[in-house]
Amino acid sequence: MKHLSVEHLLGIKYLNKNDIDLIFETANHFKEVINRPIKKVPSLRDITIANLFFENSTRTKLSFELAEKRLSADVINFSASQSSVKKGETLIDTVNNILSMKVDIVVMRHPNVGAGVFLSKHVNAKIINAGDGTHEHPTQALLDSYSIKEKLGTLKDKKIVIVGDILHSRVALSNIFALQLQGAKVKVCGPTTLIPKFITSLGVEVETNLKKALEWCDVANVLRVQHERMDIKYFPSTREYTQLFGINQEILDNLGKKITIMHPGPINRGVEITSDVADSDQSIILNQVENGVAVRMAVIYLLAEQVKR
Amino acid sequence: MSRKTLLNSKEIEIILHRLACQLIENHNDFKETVLIGLQPRGTFLAKRLANLLAKEYNIKNLKLGLLDITFYRDDFRRRDEPLEATSTEMDFLIENKNVVLIDDVLYSGRSVRAGLTAIQSYGRPSNIELLVLIDRRFSRHLPIQPNYRGRQVDAINEEKVLVTWAATHKKDAVFIEIK
Repeated sequence: MKHLSVEHLLGIKYLNKNDIDLIFETANHFKEVINRPIKKVPSLRDITIANLFFENSTRTKLSFELAEKRLSADVINFSASQSSVKKGETLIDTVNNILSMKVDIVVMRHPNVGAGVFLSKHVNAKIINAGDGTHEHPTQALLDSYSIKEKLGTLKDKKIVIVGDILHSRVALSNIFALQLQGAKVKVCGPTTLIPKFITSLGVEVETNLKKALEWCDVANVLRVQHERMDIKYFPSTREYTQLFGINQEILDNLGKKITIMHPGPINRGVEITSDVADSDQSIILNQVENGVAVRMAVIYLLAEQVKR
Repeated sequence: MSRKTLLNSKEIEIILHRLACQLIENHNDFKETVLIGLQPRGTFLAKRLANLLAKEYNIKNLKLGLLDITFYRDDFRRRDEPLEATSTEMDFLIENKNVVLIDDVLYSGRSVRAGLTAIQSYGRPSNIELLVLIDRRFSRHLPIQPNYRGRQVDAINEEKVLVTWAATHKKDAVFIEIK
């Protein structure tokens, strides 16, 4: 019988290969469940989950909420924009107030790096990191790996390139950890200004030529340029970025092989990826969204198993 | 630990034929009937019965589903060991169908209760019946009784009823193990 080796999902960094295998196996079952006429199981009917989003989110929040509801958990939602955080309340105070309402699991997105780890040390609930600043976004990386595995059968020795704004991306870091744990080879590709200085210490290669990167890879995971996190100009213009790092159908047609295109969303159509590529049969962007619910159900279910009665 | 044989392969064969005949008596050509084996152990019996009905009794287009009940169980977080899910293979809906739930041993009735809840995800059946190979009397936690039973046994709680199948354990047999 299998358990997760961790008590919280704070980052892929803390997981091992067995954890990922267990999450994927469980997600397979939930994927079958969410394709039934009635897409709900009663497993978590005595569990309460708080979704704390101190930073904007559409898809992750919806995906988590749906996953929780499909497991029959009670759900409370919290967005920082409409809360007492604006009135100066600290993170621990906010969360403790919510926990005194007897919450078992907290799903948190926060603009500060390490917010999840901090919280896990101070409150008595299971914490799922739904993105902490530019650090990690573990469930996104899990669903990305799950989707690649679904498409290619395995991740072992597959070549994955992550294209775009690596510097500001929590998706990139979590993906690198998750892909390497499963034996994939990872390259990053983007303007040098948007690639972190010490990224090669993680065992990934840097490629600044998009065409070469795409020729090398089996899968390209395309990231958005995160203008909202940029306090200085990292590249001269969006137009120039698109010319050098935007993926269009013409580039893909000239590769001589069919690679898989992924994007964690939200897409800036016409910037990092053109509409025809995003909507083509090479793209598994919408599969990622569907798998996101199944993978999050698996993570929540496996952590809920550890909640003491 | 001692082990006593309750049924040997010959006896099981006879029982399977009887159960098949009883099913035919109530379900005719199985046009509106589906057999559903409860994962994990009920599926062996369900497959054997389906096979028997098709080959020996010439029942055509028999629908057989395998249903995992892990997420519907009432002992989530109440066990030392985590529950491990198995796959569900149901490629049909059960709306207005006659459902026969199949499991190997009926003990507390809790698995069947979970199966009854799980089955609702596939529609509203016309009716549901229960078929078990071994019915352990006096051990029910819930008001659940089988419509078809292979053999009724009075086993005390310290005893374990173990069913093995030729397909997976080399021979068909039912044992009672005393811890």
